[in-house]
Amino acid sequence: MELFRSHVLVCGGTGCTSSGSDVIIEQFEKQLAEHGLENEIKVIRTGCFGLCEAGPVIIVYPEGTFYSHVKPADVKEIVEEHLLKGRVVRRLVYVEKGEHPDAGKPLDEISFYKHQTRVALRNCGVIDPENIDEYIAFDGYMALAKCLTEMSPQEVIDLVTEANLRGRGGGGFPAGNKWQFAANSKSDKKYVICNADEGDPGAFMDRSVLEGDPHSVLEAMAICGYAIGSDEGYIYVRAEYPIAVERLKTAINQAREYGLLGKNILGSDFSFDIHLRLGAGAFVCGEETALMASIEGKRGEPRPKPPFPAVSGLFGKPTNINNVETYANVPPIINKGVEWFHSMGTERSPGTKVFALGGKINNTGLVEVPMGTPLRTVIYDIGGGIPKNKKFKAVQTGGPSGGCIPSSLLDVPIEYDSLVEIGSMMGSGGMVVMDEDNCMVDIARFFLDFTVEESCGKCTPCRIGTKRMLEILDRIVEGKGEDGDIERLERLARTISSSSLCGLGQTAPNPVLSTLRYFRDEYEAHIYDKRCPAHHCKSLVHLEITDDCRGCTACARVCPVDAISGEVRHKHEIDTEKCTKCLSCIEKCRFNAIIKV
Amino acid sequence: MSQRDEQLKLIDIEIEKHKGDASSLMQVMQYSQDIMGHVPMDVQVRIAEGLGVTLSEVYGVATFYSQFALEPKGKYIIGVCLGTACYVRGSQAILDRICEELNLEPGKTSSDGLFTIEATRCIGACGLAPVITINDDVHGRLTADDVPNILKPYLRG
Repeated sequence: MELFRSHVLVCGGTGCTSSGSDVIIEQFEKQLAEHGLENEIKVIRTGCFGLCEAGPVIIVYPEGTFYSHVKPADVKEIVEEHLLKGRVVRRLVYVEKGEHPDAGKPLDEISFYKHQTRVALRNCGVIDPENIDEYIAFDGYMALAKCLTEMSPQEVIDLVTEANLRGRGGGGFPAGNKWQFAANSKSDKKYVICNADEGDPGAFMDRSVLEGDPHSVLEAMAICGYAIGSDEGYIYVRAEYPIAVERLKTAINQAREYGLLGKNILGSDFSFDIHLRLGAGAFVCGEETALMASIEGKRGEPRPKPPFPAVSGLFGKPTNINNVETYANVPPIINKGVEWFHSMGTERSPGTKVFALGGKINNTGLVEVPMGTPLRTVIYDIGGGIPKNKKFKAVQTGGPSGGCIPSSLLDVPIEYDSLVEIGSMMGSGGMVVMDEDNCMVDIARFFLDFTVEESCGKCTPCRIGTKRMLEILDRIVEGKGEDGDIERLERLARTISSSSLCGLGQTAPNPVLSTLRYFRDEYEAHIYDKRCPAHHCKSLVHLEITDDCRGCTACARVCPVDAISGEVRHKHEIDTEKCTKCLSCIEKCRFNAIIKV
Repeated sequence: MSQRDEQLKLIDIEIEKHKGDASSLMQVMQYSQDIMGHVPMDVQVRIAEGLGVTLSEVYGVATFYSQFALEPKGKYIIGVCLGTACYVRGSQAILDRICEELNLEPGKTSSDGLFTIEATRCIGACGLAPVITINDDVHGRLTADDVPNILKPYLRG
């Protein structure tokens, strides 16, 4: 085996790739070759490191130097200084907010990582996802080997049940129970499905697992196949995730080559193979019955349950379906045991959960924490708080099915049941932070707009009910809200939740209900005072220039509709009739002289 | 042979591979869309006949999934992410500005066939919010003011 004195890990997740990490890798390869270092130093494209805010990010081992915001032009300096002469390039080292520029720390001491426990993300940003050998070197496929050689299918199910691994897709249903139901169904053919149709806006946990550690999902699906008696699996993945799709294809081919998928795996009489199916942009396909209809090539419309998929699923056969993160937890549970798994998290929800932290937060990215961690730890200690010294208003969890949690509840521990109690839900793990500038009525409207667009149209309460709710919300944010609108929203919400066919409709009113519960005053301000307290809703605010104006003309020059006039060095005026409230002028003004009223 | 004939030939080969297999309908349609950029009616008819499903089923699938286009799209497809993380960081203002600059509505293609504007779902680049894509190029951490400069190189066609 070749030995290298240094490894340069370049993040190849979607975030960093979008900001040019591909070009950075090319540059590294070119520069290393120029200096004759290609046999001494290895460049590896890994999965997501998690700290997307600092992207593109690079780690140089063995030192563990963490470079952030690297540009292709910086590569030459890193190669010539760091890799050739051993001098760390200080100006590129990641420094936490408020710390001295020379305080760059190794990865495991940075606050963003210090509070995390990585189980599902254990290999993300660590191994080369396109190289099965690296996965194997990190105990990959050991759990599958253990199951096939030392355990009976029932023992595997018992272990997963005892571990109390709950569905990471949001519902929190125990995976072991699902496996048991599917195992109990008698049939000549059964299927294993991985739900990788991660549709919640602002959620990208599953994508990162697929991009950074695709083999862990394949291994877990094979284990599930062994446990329930299935020989065929499907991964249904969003077509919007091209990098994940490519890495899955590569991983499946490599696993087949190594005899870890296909006929008689590891010399046993167990055979299992996996196919890939791409979604085509329908959110409802994240619902399991809709997803199976889509794999069958049909419109992705849900159907009533029962029969549950474990009895009659894909092509009418017993089927087990779990999401990506749930599967990614299975191999370590088999390898390390139930006790290890129970050492993390809470009694009712053991283990960890991955969250995609986004919105108005300093450290945007992926975090994995033990269940039961307070929201405050995630937002302030890991997330680094709110940018620009703004005030925290709410955190949204659970996507279009979830709700907004106010600051008074920030110490609630994150687990399935506690989040439901406060009117939100775990969901798949999107966590979007909002500050004082975000209008909660508008956020509710945003989610309803999403549901209306994504409702499949099969059942009436969802198709028509959500549309009616959206119309009311549209009216309110336009300043045309009427007395009784809040009550109308509440009545519709109750009807839609109780009578919709699938989870999409049943949970669609949640964003409205939770904002009504915690931010009712904002609704009332819109309806009765025709005022948007966050100064967000365009129909309810206008811009004014204060006496702080120095007449620098920057605002007048940037205004796309020529609504600002005034002479140089004299206070400017805004023509509110012409103004489109695009807010470009506020961004340009250096004297904070333009305000929303 | 015209470009279209060549495309149709490729699609026919793909249909032949899946002949009579109704469950591969979406895969064949995705393939066709990759080749042609959209799935016009005559292609839908071919697929229906080849796979042994009714045309109404093909049309049903084509109109159910937002990814399938029945009409050709512009040379440059501008996708403005309206996922939650981008939305709370102001992507609506960016979408409004793009529409204003190009004098075009979301979901529509310009009459010169150059641009299509789409309000897209989360593309998962939340660290770069707000984000837009123009074909395969990603532009992140934008303000509405950046829009004219970003569009400039594409306006030449």
